[in-house]
Amino acid sequence: MSAQAAAVHGGGEYASTGIPNGKLGVWLFLASEIMLFATLFTTYVVLRISAPSWPRGWEELNVPLGALNTLVLITSSVTMVLAYAKAQARDKAGFYRYIGLTLALSFVFLIIKSFEYKAKFDRGHFPSTNIFFAIYFTLTGLHALHVIGGIVFNSGLALWGRRHWDHPLFAGRVECAGLYWHFVDIVWIFLFPALYLL
Amino acid sequence: MNSNAHASRHEASFWSRYVFSLDHKVIGLQYLFTSMFFLLSGFGMIMLLRWQLAFPGHPVPLVGGLISRLLPADWAPGGVLTPQFYNQLGAMHGTIMVFLGIVPLGVGAFGNYILPLQIGAPDMAFPRLNMMSYWLYLPGGLLMLASFLLPGGAAQSGWTSYVPLSIINPGQTVWLLAMVIIITSSLLGAVNFITTTLNMRAPGMTLGRMPVFVWSELVTAVLLLLAFPPLEAASILQLMDRVAGTSFYLPTGLVVAGQALKASGGGQPILWQHLFWFLAHPEVYVLILPAMGVVAEIIANGTRKPLFGYKEIVGSMIFIGGMSFVVWAHHMFLSGMTPALGNFFLVTTMIISVPSVAVLTCLIWSLKGGSIRFTTPMLFALAFLPLFGIGGLTGLPLGLTVTDIYLHDTYYVIGHFHYVVVTGTIIALMGGTYYWFPKWFGKRLNDFWGKVHFWGTVACMNGVFFPMFIQGLAGVQRRLYDPTAQLHNLTTQPMNVVSSFSAWLLFLFQIPFLVNIFYTIFKGERCEENPWEATTLEWACASPPPHGNFDKPPRVHRGPYEYSAPGARKDWIAQNAPEAA
Repeated sequence: MSAQAAAVHGGGEYASTGIPNGKLGVWLFLASEIMLFATLFTTYVVLRISAPSWPRGWEELNVPLGALNTLVLITSSVTMVLAYAKAQARDKAGFYRYIGLTLALSFVFLIIKSFEYKAKFDRGHFPSTNIFFAIYFTLTGLHALHVIGGIVFNSGLALWGRRHWDHPLFAGRVECAGLYWHFVDIVWIFLFPALYLL
Repeated sequence: MNSNAHASRHEASFWSRYVFSLDHKVIGLQYLFTSMFFLLSGFGMIMLLRWQLAFPGHPVPLVGGLISRLLPADWAPGGVLTPQFYNQLGAMHGTIMVFLGIVPLGVGAFGNYILPLQIGAPDMAFPRLNMMSYWLYLPGGLLMLASFLLPGGAAQSGWTSYVPLSIINPGQTVWLLAMVIIITSSLLGAVNFITTTLNMRAPGMTLGRMPVFVWSELVTAVLLLLAFPPLEAASILQLMDRVAGTSFYLPTGLVVAGQALKASGGGQPILWQHLFWFLAHPEVYVLILPAMGVVAEIIANGTRKPLFGYKEIVGSMIFIGGMSFVVWAHHMFLSGMTPALGNFFLVTTMIISVPSVAVLTCLIWSLKGGSIRFTTPMLFALAFLPLFGIGGLTGLPLGLTVTDIYLHDTYYVIGHFHYVVVTGTIIALMGGTYYWFPKWFGKRLNDFWGKVHFWGTVACMNGVFFPMFIQGLAGVQRRLYDPTAQLHNLTTQPMNVVSSFSAWLLFLFQIPFLVNIFYTIFKGERCEENPWEATTLEWACASPPPHGNFDKPPRVHRGPYEYSAPGARKDWIAQNAPEAA
């Protein structure tokens, strides 16, 4: 099978730039994601500057839970890196241990988040309440959707790896999943101070 | 493994071959026919709307009985359009033409089919993603079209969907949902195009040897990648305003129909305008850049000489791409923005006109001393030059704050951007269809009917859009349901009649085009492999190319436009021809 034919069927990689297709594609996708969240942050800044008054984040939101969630996400980024290291080192058991931990931590994040949402709803705080909660629910909701997307992708990768552990692109795909997961983490690192602490 | 073995491997299923195909060529043709369908439906809407403009209050002939019976009773009673239905037609015409017609045609169809061939790639970098782009675009588009069937009808706040009107009007929720789907499709496509162009080039295909069309698609993809997410975010916020009761765009104390609106308030209506135009100005270049690329290919081939100023054209395109992110607010001079900001956007707008003029100048200069072959595609490419010129130059008074105060929201604006997009982009893409049809189907479109189509189309397009400049200068506002309601509009009312008759005639002149396409596909005779004697790589493989495109990976030895090289045996040397040609 020629290199051309191999590339058609995903068996090989074409790379004029030296960067594999998948990695380049993920970086480009992340560039568009940065534009998406940058727009939302800009919206937040514009609305806040023009508002006559703005509630203090720590008075309305649960800072300890938010801080805990920050810790959970950062830890999940670390386990994701370790999963990639194990995939590179061809350590199958190690890889599944760390990707499993990453997935577990992602679920912990979502569970904590849902408790926070529940508490807000119980106190009668909805997106329609005021512009602060509109921003809070939209930004954290969109971020949570990204977390769910990460869970879907990471668990799909874990399932795929059971049969295709020896696939030449496997470690590369774990790296791509990791890039995305770090991005989701970084968005939260911006969200937490912007919404909870300022 | 040779290409025949590939073909046989994929012969198994009709579904995987024609419907859920991973092959960039099949996906390109899917985009081609789907976007043609959307273009025709958007055209149909405006033909209906133009009856109301030419003969306000009269029942629509021919289809009037049909629409009054098919549509809800209060949309077109007795075949006369109501304001509500008129607004739906206007909003949906703009949306469909821009997002479902021209972008998918210029990028999805032409880019998908031609770009991988021109760089010598076996396929796109991500074939599955490519298929997903199409299968998001089609349902998103159908959802948009189907919004006419909803109670209350389709979106009716213009294609710009300005808030707070759009949040109050019916139909907008589906518009937003469909937009989010279409934007996602475009984003996947953009990632794929950039990765393919950067990574999948054949050996020897350096960036400086890439055809202008590939460059134009690359810049376009970068614009799509970075400009569409802000509109996606803005659409999500508007969706939240409609569905979740938030007030991102609703100011405090908004009064609608004499009653205070029940919303928390605190939002900013002008925010939507900023976010919308942050996309929609780069979008203008998304519409025009691929067209410039197509014209450059045809002109180099039709003049039989290297393109004048290849580097200048490519550099200008890249510069246009960068600048297009800092001109958006020239659409908003009258929105209450601070005048200091207006000055900034005035200056950037004047700057961005320079590279566009540079590209056009290079293309015109390329004609000098050429032995021009007046083929059908060449006629379209030649017509593009002055017509796009009119479109571009009429934009300058709109970019200057002082003149824009008068011209803003008049028919002059409509005339301007239709000259850019219709007589510019659509003319170029029609030329591209004649040029690459032998590549797509191995058959050439009929030349006589092509020329009938060309002359009729060019004459009618000018008939439609030139009167709009006169109307606009006379002060006729756009989006008016009844143009005769205001006294000052009556003097130019005959212009509306000219414009409308030209539009209906324009439709008639598309019939030979469509018949030509389908007749040639089914009954046409096979033509030679490289009928235009072109140099670029897409002609170095069979027509239509087999799965995997090239029998063996092509090796590129020279730049894209080696025509009439001194001392050469024939007047063209293919990019993949070895040194001693």
